[in-house]
Amino acid sequence: MTNTLHRYGPRQEGDYIVFAIPARGINDAGCAGKLQAFLRLASRFNPVNMGNGKQGSLFRPERSLNPFTWFTKRRRHTVPPDRVIEEIQGPCTAAATFDSGDAVCAVLRAAREADLGMSVNVSGPIEGTYRAAREAGITPHSIEYSLEFRGRTDLLPEAPILELITMCGHSMVSRHLARKVASLVKEGRLTSEEGATYLAKPCVCGAFNPSKARLILEEMRHRW
Amino acid sequence: MWINPRLCVGCANCVPFCPVGAIAVEPGGVAVIDRDACVECANCYRSMSRENLPPWLVRALRKAAQLLRLRPDPDLDICPTGAITPEPLEWPRVVRSLFSDPTSEHKVTGVAGRGTEEAKTNDVTGRTKEGQAGFTVELGRPGVGVTFGDIERMTVALARLGISFEPKNPVTSLMEDPRVGRIRRDILQERILSAIVEFTVPLEQVPEVLRTVEEVSTQLDTVVSIGVYTKNAPDGSNPLLGILHQLGYRPRRAKVNMGLGRPLAEVR
Repeated sequence: MTNTLHRYGPRQEGDYIVFAIPARGINDAGCAGKLQAFLRLASRFNPVNMGNGKQGSLFRPERSLNPFTWFTKRRRHTVPPDRVIEEIQGPCTAAATFDSGDAVCAVLRAAREADLGMSVNVSGPIEGTYRAAREAGITPHSIEYSLEFRGRTDLLPEAPILELITMCGHSMVSRHLARKVASLVKEGRLTSEEGATYLAKPCVCGAFNPSKARLILEEMRHRW
Repeated sequence: MWINPRLCVGCANCVPFCPVGAIAVEPGGVAVIDRDACVECANCYRSMSRENLPPWLVRALRKAAQLLRLRPDPDLDICPTGAITPEPLEWPRVVRSLFSDPTSEHKVTGVAGRGTEEAKTNDVTGRTKEGQAGFTVELGRPGVGVTFGDIERMTVALARLGISFEPKNPVTSLMEDPRVGRIRRDILQERILSAIVEFTVPLEQVPEVLRTVEEVSTQLDTVVSIGVYTKNAPDGSNPLLGILHQLGYRPRRAKVNMGLGRPLAEVR
């Protein structure tokens, strides 16, 4: 699973995913509490999204929506962070997404002090990630580089849409939905913040960065 | 995945949710999924909110709005009648779901998603050591899709280099003969959203592997995302980045394992 690695575009700074994961068959016994503790400590530093990779992220669809909600504009597009945390009942990837390198540094420092024993990874711009590790007093163990895309790149969508959809590495944020949302934002039917919320819902891992999506949609509103 | 024609009101809200564009509203006013194109990712079912309204009511309201020349402006992520229905999948179609639905857990890996733990737990597993490079070659991503036939062209070319595929990887588990990279014949036509080919090689072999991946990528009808990882030296440095620079790669983004897992592989 390399779902956070290959994020296209120039806006790499301000786009970090910090996640904890157990190693199968080695330290996964009784890991649920440790993964919950990790997300709990990450939630103190204002993540823009969180997820457990199984039940979903902070942004979720509603299974039984009252049709009158549409008239009152009181839809609940998010669930409380506690719900995402408590849903962790076994091995999974507990992820929190941040739009600031300083927050990542604070999370790493807290994770080091908590010594939970889970593998902690940061997916982000190389320089910013190493800076955060250094300031947290951590020497990184391993590193995976993204060498980006090859092959039939002519099949990929236009740059800003690609930037939006690669924030979900499992490709659950479809290019068609991204184009529709971008159009609605441009027409003034949605705000860029609402648009980012709709785009965040299909990503079950919580790796989608709605803060970055809002910036992209706002830019597209003027230039697309 | 299936859209119940008795429930569907043809609102087309589900159409853009499909990553591979397999849903279309037919002239009869009902959305239909193209089964050949559908990769069974279940995104249309999982990501849309549902109102579970009776279809006759929604159809009547839509008809009335049409007659009055009104254009309703509904929320874009709602299926008003809950018409999208998952269906039981049989072999070989079930592999589409295993490699496309991120909530599907592979029996081999025990991990939800399309690959394994690769570098993410390298501090604990020690899978890739100093002086080695682990590769994650993902085909079909982002949002293009790939057939196992195209995946096999890549695995066969890599196998010729003498590499050993990661045994816990889901693609490896579908190989008839991992030594030659040959994939089971009965799934070659199956289309999935993406799959990751994983293996570890000595650092010296990195240029040869990258050359091969780049070359085969030009012959495939899909996109290939390349990831390569290594274990750092105790001071945090590694020779892999120098090799990549020499080859003309300028990586900007990375996934960094902070080494906080316990017990550390070296201690175990």
